Amino acid sequence: MNINQNPIILNVRNLHASIQGTEILKGIDLTVRSGEIHAIMGLNGSGKSTFAKVLAGHPDYHVTQGSIEYEQQDLLQLSTEERAQAGVFLAFQYPIEIPGVANSQFLRLAYNTVQTKRGGEELDPLEFDDFVREKMKLLEMKPDFLDRSVNEGFSGGEKKRNEILQMALLEPKLGILDETDSGLDIDALKIVAGGVNHLCNNDNAIILITHYQRLLDHIVPDFVHVMEAGRIIKTGGKELAHALETHGYEWIRKNEQHAAGVST
Amino acid sequence: MSAVLQNLVNQPYKHGFVTDIESEIAPKGLNEETIRLISAKKNEPEWLLDFRLKAYQKWLTMTEPHWQNVKYPKIDFQAISYYAAPKPKNKLASMDEVDPELLRTFEKLGVPMHERAALAGVAVDVIFDSVSVATTYKEKLAEVGIIFCSISEAVHNHPELVRQYLGTVVPVGDNFFAALNSAVFTDGSFCYIPKGVKCPMDLSTYFRINTEESGQFERTLIIAEEGASVSYLEGCTAPRFDTNQLHAAVVELVALDHADIKYSTVQNWYAGDENGVGGIYNFVTKRGLAKGVNSRISWTQVETGSAITWKYPSCILRGDNSVGEFYSVAVTNHYQQADTGTKMIHIGKNTRSTIISKGISAGKSNSSYRGLVRIAPTAENARNFSQCDSMLVGDQCGAHTFPYIQVRNNSAKVEHEASTSKIGEDQLFYFAQRGIDAEEAVSMIVNGFCKEVFQQLPMEFAVEATKLLSFKLENSVG
Repeated sequence: MNINQNPIILNVRNLHASIQGTEILKGIDLTVRSGEIHAIMGLNGSGKSTFAKVLAGHPDYHVTQGSIEYEQQDLLQLSTEERAQAGVFLAFQYPIEIPGVANSQFLRLAYNTVQTKRGGEELDPLEFDDFVREKMKLLEMKPDFLDRSVNEGFSGGEKKRNEILQMALLEPKLGILDETDSGLDIDALKIVAGGVNHLCNNDNAIILITHYQRLLDHIVPDFVHVMEAGRIIKTGGKELAHALETHGYEWIRKNEQHAAGVST
Repeated sequence: MSAVLQNLVNQPYKHGFVTDIESEIAPKGLNEETIRLISAKKNEPEWLLDFRLKAYQKWLTMTEPHWQNVKYPKIDFQAISYYAAPKPKNKLASMDEVDPELLRTFEKLGVPMHERAALAGVAVDVIFDSVSVATTYKEKLAEVGIIFCSISEAVHNHPELVRQYLGTVVPVGDNFFAALNSAVFTDGSFCYIPKGVKCPMDLSTYFRINTEESGQFERTLIIAEEGASVSYLEGCTAPRFDTNQLHAAVVELVALDHADIKYSTVQNWYAGDENGVGGIYNFVTKRGLAKGVNSRISWTQVETGSAITWKYPSCILRGDNSVGEFYSVAVTNHYQQADTGTKMIHIGKNTRSTIISKGISAGKSNSSYRGLVRIAPTAENARNFSQCDSMLVGDQCGAHTFPYIQVRNNSAKVEHEASTSKIGEDQLFYFAQRGIDAEEAVSMIVNGFCKEVFQQLPMEFAVEATKLLSFKLENSVG
């Protein structure tokens, strides 16, 4: 673990959230500073994706307790689109298909909306075309991507690349990647990871949600958190992910119970 | 019911059925006297009076159709006054007097400034634009021999043409509402494109409607002679208010050999408020006869207004190799009901038809596609392709599809595709996560859904229609 004194981008305290009355998140604490990459690992149902959706402001989830501070603002006071405009980006685990809407049109509207809110300049269709093609090279995407309907008929790998392309266009402060590695073959994984690495800098931060170590071979995290039953039960450096890979989640659970026993 | 049928001329019963020639408003109710009065007021020739009376006799024997998928209280046809002399609109002195809601709508739709004043009924001398445009327009058309005028004018100036074609595509007894229209129609448009003439511009009713009211029983007749072609635009995207609740129009198109008629409509009559109070009942019969070989009739409609829409623009493909097309977008919101579609009647050899229908329902509205494809025994090698897509916005609306297919010739090829989709919360969340609010998201999804139809509209109309759709669906989600 390195010591980082960069400004705090995200500060989550005792976060509880529920969906339809069922509590999923049961007290999450997490601090993310700019320049950092955090990996969140955990079994299915541990609350990883819920956490991602709550950060992005999904309307189905209700925060019942705790706070989220983002760039010195109360994130919970912002609507979903305001969060996006302020630089919170979620790469979806299952990107949504929008039939009839051309990818280029969608990307340009997203780009221009966000740019305008941030006080930047809008791009007309021709300027945007040049701009987006440059970004697409990074992800080795074919130009016909632009003409197809958003995510419609895309392969799993194409959808994930399209997510990272959007991240490249919108230049988030906080990028949350929800199982971006799932459904990718090794070649696609390398391209996507390369894209993400390219976008990381000292002014932004990334939260990677994943089941597997293999993504972390390509995008090396500064911190690894293990989630279970709606809480982060262990935090460590990148070596924690390796230990998990070797020993499994059961090992952590035992360790934590042991630790808990000692402390009382 | 009479409370619902708030007619402009809904005045207390004064003179019984005694015809008062001096009166500018006919007494309520429909009988032979009323029809004779209308005909006399308009100074019509005998043959047209006979046409009206014949229609009226037919109408008496008919009953109002009830097969359509719409509900409305019973209409009392004897509580309507069928004739009011055209009177000048009540002009407002300045834009300040215009209903702010209306101005907001114009703003949203991007209606040009000078048109806003005209549409809102403001008496501004600055509205020279539409006048001068209309004049140059008429001169240009006259040069190539095109006749474009009101049907009343045509009855007097070109009686032989009107007499030859009126009622040949939609016979007087075609259906209940067409019979009613044939008996009592007051005005409408007439358009004649002579042999071999390609109309140099899109003909738009916009320039006509501002000068005279066509009333609730509008009648339109368009004739394209051999080798002629015309693109006709009906309506405008700005909201149209009318105190007449029942509208029953008839449109007839005739295309002779190698002729081509393209008829585009944007219908934005008052739809009632968000609680379903008020709004126009729009019962329209539109039909085109592709009479000659290689002729083509193409309907494009964007239906967004009216409390009830009952409308099936159809093509009778009589000429060999003739082509029929129907492109439709129907949007319903709040408590609107639309039952719309087309009929493609294949009679000639190698006739082809295409149907693309997009229905969008939001709020508590209901939208139905109803279409007939009929291949007659004579229609060798006829082809039809139909695509009917429905989109639901929210979970309290309905979409229905009623396709009827009758094939009586083995060589026919008929295809029907249909789909139903819903704008999902997930889609809206995806847009929102990219910084785009729900209103823009819905607009983008819906316009993507309607793309194939909008491509058929003349460019400027298409731009307006796109805005109109977004406007209609404003606040329909979230």
